Amino acid sequence: MFWSVIESLPFVWRGLLVTLGAAALTVSMSLVAGLLLGTIVTYAPWPARIPVRLFSDLIRGIPILVLIFFVYYGLPVTGLNLNNFAAGVLAITLFSTAQVVEITRGSLQSLHHGQMEAAKAIGLNFPQRLTYVIFPQAVRRFLPPWINSVTDAVKGTALLSLVGIVDLMLAIQQVIGRTYAPMPLYVLGALIYFVINYSLSSLSRRLEARYAYIKE
Amino acid sequence: MPGNPDTTGLPVVSIRGLEKSFGALAVLRGIDLDVARGDVVSIIGSSGSGKTTLLRCINALETYDNGSIQLDGVEVQFRNDEAGRRQRRNEWELARLRAETGMVFQLFYLFPHLTALQNVMLGLRKVRKMEVAEAKSVATDWLSRVGLADKAGSLPSQLSGGQQQRVGIARAAAMGPKVLLLDEITSALDPELVGEVLAVVRKLADDGMTMLMVTHEMAFAREASSRIIFIDAGRVAVEGAPGEVFREQANDRLRSFLARVSHL
Repeated sequence: MFWSVIESLPFVWRGLLVTLGAAALTVSMSLVAGLLLGTIVTYAPWPARIPVRLFSDLIRGIPILVLIFFVYYGLPVTGLNLNNFAAGVLAITLFSTAQVVEITRGSLQSLHHGQMEAAKAIGLNFPQRLTYVIFPQAVRRFLPPWINSVTDAVKGTALLSLVGIVDLMLAIQQVIGRTYAPMPLYVLGALIYFVINYSLSSLSRRLEARYAYIKE
Repeated sequence: MPGNPDTTGLPVVSIRGLEKSFGALAVLRGIDLDVARGDVVSIIGSSGSGKTTLLRCINALETYDNGSIQLDGVEVQFRNDEAGRRQRRNEWELARLRAETGMVFQLFYLFPHLTALQNVMLGLRKVRKMEVAEAKSVATDWLSRVGLADKAGSLPSQLSGGQQQRVGIARAAAMGPKVLLLDEITSALDPELVGEVLAVVRKLADDGMTMLMVTHEMAFAREASSRIIFIDAGRVAVEGAPGEVFREQANDRLRSFLARVSHL
């Protein structure tokens, strides 16, 4: 049994790569989309804000698993056929984007309005105010909850196994099916997830310390 | 830099019939005011009388309903479109016009992630489009004018309130504004720090900087301004040289206002 577990490690490794790939795609796409939409929801006039608000509230009210099933099994009805990996990544990205929207909005709104006014007063235009005054200060408040949401996204990728993607989770289950050694393999799986997420939260703490010099 | 000689004879700031309401509350009810080049005008009045709103309208931090504000003959917030209708200027035009006025805030509002020098340099670099070396030399010059040459590398959180406000003045003045707007700039300071900030304002006035300030420092207003405006209920109630305004106290409301603030 021990050897069969060892022999299965390359297979588990491939699953891990799928998990990391899905997480990386999800996190990067949701970061870009979430920052953009979060800025819109904070500063844009209401006709632009309302659709983003609806999107965010809707998505955050739905469990990730339901989103995944909806995108994978539901969307083909509308003619949009995504393979399981694309559907899964899209679903988690939607979920994660909604989180980033709220984190962005929270970090921007928590800044004193005087910062925006002072930036206006020296003649900076809107993009300059965001680039040189608002974002550099908001980043300190953005990072801790964002990294939290990244760990949620990484953990969320385990649900991809339910639409047949051989990620870390499914790889482990398949190995268990062959070796009948659930305990060591689940421990291994848990350990891998833990190492990924623990590294992320340590990184978060280090980044927080890096920005601690900004005191209002 | 400041103190351009008055060649045109036109006022730098010219306000006519300015009206502004917040919902049902009429804050400004027809303000007329001219500020000539090199003038130091103090606006006094009880809280809620619209002094700060007036200042904020001049650099378009606040919009107004009726009337006009001109800066060197240019309408600040509005322009007429082809059909002659009044339109609020767009973001880019407002930004350009705001660069021509400097504002110093009661609560300083320094950028906390930037050093004192970087605070002063930001507008010079991004709005005035100066090269780093030039922006740095102008900013350094202004920091030494406000007596903070040795604090150039300090973050706002490492400075006292008085020092932060002096950086705030340097940040606004370095842009070479046509008029410097000072909004109760000593109100948030510990009493022992007020003097150092007023000394800087005094020096700017002596150098010919055109200034419009809202203040509760009556003694300073009296000594440093060329003109005093008493605003009451959204109108200019009394206007004149400091000597006259304080001596004659021609208006009941002014008299009772001065009696109240003199107890502070």
